[in-house]
Amino acid sequence: MSVIDDAIVWLNDPLNWTNPDGIISRTGEHLWISAAAVALGCAVAWPLGVWMGHVGRGGAAVVTVTNLSRAVPTVALLTIFPLTAIGFGPKAIILALSLFAIPPLLANAYLGVREVDPEVRDAGRGMGLSAWQLLRKVELPLAVPYLANGFRIAAVQVVATATLAAFVNGGGLGMIISRGFGLGLASGGGQVLAGGMLVALLCLTIEGVLALIEKALLPKSLRRVKHRPPASVADALPAGS
Amino acid sequence: MPSKVNDAVLGLGAPGDDPRNPWFSWSYVSQNTDTLLAALREHLMLTLVAVALATVIAIPLAILAYRVGALSGPILGFTGVLYTVPSLALFAFLAPFTGIVQPTAVLIGLTMYALLTIVRNTLTALRQVPADVLDSARGMGYGRRAMLWRIELPLALPGIMTGLRIATVSTVALVTVGEIAGWGGLGELIIGGFNSNYYRPQIMTATLLCVALALVLDLVLLAVGRVIMPWTRRRTA
Repeated sequence: MSVIDDAIVWLNDPLNWTNPDGIISRTGEHLWISAAAVALGCAVAWPLGVWMGHVGRGGAAVVTVTNLSRAVPTVALLTIFPLTAIGFGPKAIILALSLFAIPPLLANAYLGVREVDPEVRDAGRGMGLSAWQLLRKVELPLAVPYLANGFRIAAVQVVATATLAAFVNGGGLGMIISRGFGLGLASGGGQVLAGGMLVALLCLTIEGVLALIEKALLPKSLRRVKHRPPASVADALPAGS
Repeated sequence: MPSKVNDAVLGLGAPGDDPRNPWFSWSYVSQNTDTLLAALREHLMLTLVAVALATVIAIPLAILAYRVGALSGPILGFTGVLYTVPSLALFAFLAPFTGIVQPTAVLIGLTMYALLTIVRNTLTALRQVPADVLDSARGMGYGRRAMLWRIELPLALPGIMTGLRIATVSTVALVTVGEIAGWGGLGELIIGGFNSNYYRPQIMTATLLCVALALVLDLVLLAVGRVIMPWTRRRTA
């Protein structure tokens, strides 16, 4: 029997879906850990990014944070955090994942406010809006497409990265893959392949669903982000910066 | 090698702030230099091979997408889908077919991720070459090939180098995930440290080496960029 057959057989066993550590409960685990991490990331990155965009400072810091976050392996934070005062359990995993959600959220919040047409800002000021009113009534609404875009990138990235929690036995769909490897490829190969398919499917689904929600909720006039902006501010920067 | 410390920690059960399990210890580094260097070498090898392969494939692919408009949609779409699939899942797809005796699965996976970063940056850079520059080149009698080699690629080079740097730094971090398929370089020490009674000095040393490797390779590429693109040096100065 080939590995593909093994994977199909594994997926067709109802117990593999309904067991306490089966596909259904693993997916639930995966989703709630991801949701918590994205929520935490938003709570930190959005106010900070919007404020930095509003005062027009900190662009370099956004780039530094983005670049640095690329160099730090997720696996390292996932193994280090449980051994600190945070302790074992979902808290450490959520915290580690949320750190990787921050760069896209921060960069897009900053860019969204920064990219507001200076003339629009001037007009607002000319109408007598205070700085706070300008932020709330002009800058924030115009930044919504960027915020939405950052949210989608961060959410998809976190759902993808949450797979790695399996390295520290932290739950989620990645566990199916790591358990499969644990059995050895000869007997666990089908499970490994099946787990890979489930994870890929979940991530593509989340990406699709979020894109649809974004399309449905954003008013046409605000759908300005035509091409996906580069995954980060740094991507758009010339070499040597 | 770390058994003495491990026994001590094992007796305690959970890892508290045990002075016998510090985050950093020179004695760990000096006693395990060979292991650390071997992991570092594996890490470096996997990164370099993957990025080199990716570059060789990605740049022609990006030129193709740039030249043949009809292909740019499918190429970008495919790289977009691939980017959504987590590395662990990709290794899981490949490993059952390639086995884990050789690092084939890990190398293919790493190459694919580096590939899409480089393709996207190269294509963006090529598209940003100003139209009037292309016009004047055409007016001066440049053919398509001469224009590509002498106008478009040189002008896109800063963007291509940025893509290379991002791909390299990301690949260094991503190699750690290869541990699942038996080839994780320093990742093996990080996860191995976690699994052998939360052995902190090993986790931290391997992590620091990993981040340092990424930064060093980034600086090397930055320097290479300065050398091969002297005009960007003048502009930033």
